[in-house]
Amino acid sequence: MIEEKKLICVTCPRGCQLTAEVEDGCVLDVSGCSCKRGKTYAEAELTDPRRMIASTVRISGGIHPMLPVTTSAPIPKGLILQLMAVLRTVDLQAPVRMNDVIVSNVLGTGIDVIASADMEKV
Amino acid sequence: MNLTELFDVIVIGAGPAGLAAGIAAREQGCDRVLIIDRDIEAGGILQQCVHSGFGLETFKEDLPGPSYAQRFIDQAKAAGVNFLLDTMVLNVTRDFQVTVSGARIGLKVLNAKAVVLAMGCRERSRAQIRVPGTRPAGVYTAGTAQRWVNIDGLMPGKRFVILGSGDIGMIMARRLTLEGAEVARVVEIMPYLSGLSRNLVQCLQDYDIPLFLNHTVSRIYGNRRVEAVEVSAVDGQRNPLPGTAERIECDTLLLSVGLIPENELTRKAGVKMDQRIGGPVVDNTYSTSVPGLFVAGNVVHVYDLVDYVSQAGTKAGRSAADFVHGRWLGLQKTIPVQGGAEVRSVVPQLICPESLKTEEIVLQLRVSSPLERSVEIVVQAPDDTIIAKRRLPYARPGEMVSISIPSDAYNLAAKAERLIVSLV
Repeated sequence: MIEEKKLICVTCPRGCQLTAEVEDGCVLDVSGCSCKRGKTYAEAELTDPRRMIASTVRISGGIHPMLPVTTSAPIPKGLILQLMAVLRTVDLQAPVRMNDVIVSNVLGTGIDVIASADMEKV
Repeated sequence: MNLTELFDVIVIGAGPAGLAAGIAAREQGCDRVLIIDRDIEAGGILQQCVHSGFGLETFKEDLPGPSYAQRFIDQAKAAGVNFLLDTMVLNVTRDFQVTVSGARIGLKVLNAKAVVLAMGCRERSRAQIRVPGTRPAGVYTAGTAQRWVNIDGLMPGKRFVILGSGDIGMIMARRLTLEGAEVARVVEIMPYLSGLSRNLVQCLQDYDIPLFLNHTVSRIYGNRRVEAVEVSAVDGQRNPLPGTAERIECDTLLLSVGLIPENELTRKAGVKMDQRIGGPVVDNTYSTSVPGLFVAGNVVHVYDLVDYVSQAGTKAGRSAADFVHGRWLGLQKTIPVQGGAEVRSVVPQLICPESLKTEEIVLQLRVSSPLERSVEIVVQAPDDTIIAKRRLPYARPGEMVSISIPSDAYNLAAKAERLIVSLV
């Protein structure tokens, strides 16, 4: 049976309202996209939903006590809380440069956690 | 850097608008460009916006706020822009004297040949929305909480209610949840979301945080600290409906109830203001009514995307450089642009048709209510001559829309005494 699923694409701020036709877990068709990323999003969202996760980790010796970090690619939604637990154990020393790898291959995903900005030493 | 010399351009605010303006002024041949900011680092509010979603237009990449800022800071430093941080600007005059105060430099008056005002915006607080009840600790703006969590590493509470469905509010709902707090609900007085719909999905729905549209916080309880809030449904006039009140236990109420352009310096300089948006009246070069005083970014009107703030900054920086070099077009004839049907505000409020000889002019507007149907933006002269039009699949108050007046519309625009932009 073909099922219609309504989604809002989160790829960019435009937020297109998508309609996906799904049969037995397979995405047959996606409509409502303004660009090709919409189809990719809908397919991923209905089979392997992922999100970019940004957070902070502790750092000493910098101008601030927290360093902003982000995943280098979207991680599976089911791993988000585990990722947060990993980030709570990190404690760095300034200086750090943007894009430095803070946690490599986090939770065996092949995805790194990287620094979002420089943190100068004071 | 010698502060006693004459600067070509002084930029006030080192956020995305100010950084782009400073870089543009340098690239347009201004030797001495100074950006002043009250914070201890450049980057503005982007530094606390650790979430991604920035830069899709500018860099074709999805960057966290601090990364977007870092790229501009690096560019500005490479371009030879000077920074004066940890310094407050107290006054700007119509002849470009900038009074500053800071612990490191004391009180000083700096001089420039042109000034770009890029102070950004400020959050509405409890004082502006008048929530009844007691006055305990635990009522904060969402941006204040964001700064505590993301920059200072402090948690402002354990169980939250968030009033307002603006982007910062929804993003903080997710952020606090990820940091182990509970967000009981997000409450929005309007019948529609005020932020981007993507944030409804990735900030609220992903974490099962309930959103209550057509509801508001009608009372705050607690003595020393917030103990609970009362949430009520509202009628068409946004007044709480009797009999709908519900008490929600929480220790913190976050307010995400809108942003106001921060224009104290602009007003003091005697610049003509647009009362509807709280920003200065500008032309398409981002000039204010005072020649040589330019403005860019959220100080003009509140944007929903940083990329457009940077673009505005670049434009204002170029205009400031043009002014310094005596080639600024803004003294030519300008004509007003007015909002018509379904248009709440439009920027710029004035255009100089002569500019069309060299480039298109982009009008940015906000609609007054959600239009969930195919709509057309139409720019017309008073005699109904169509100058430009653009079709959109929909238009929502939370998402700014734009239309460009192409260069080949010069003859039509130059003949009009004013332009009217409306949605049909």
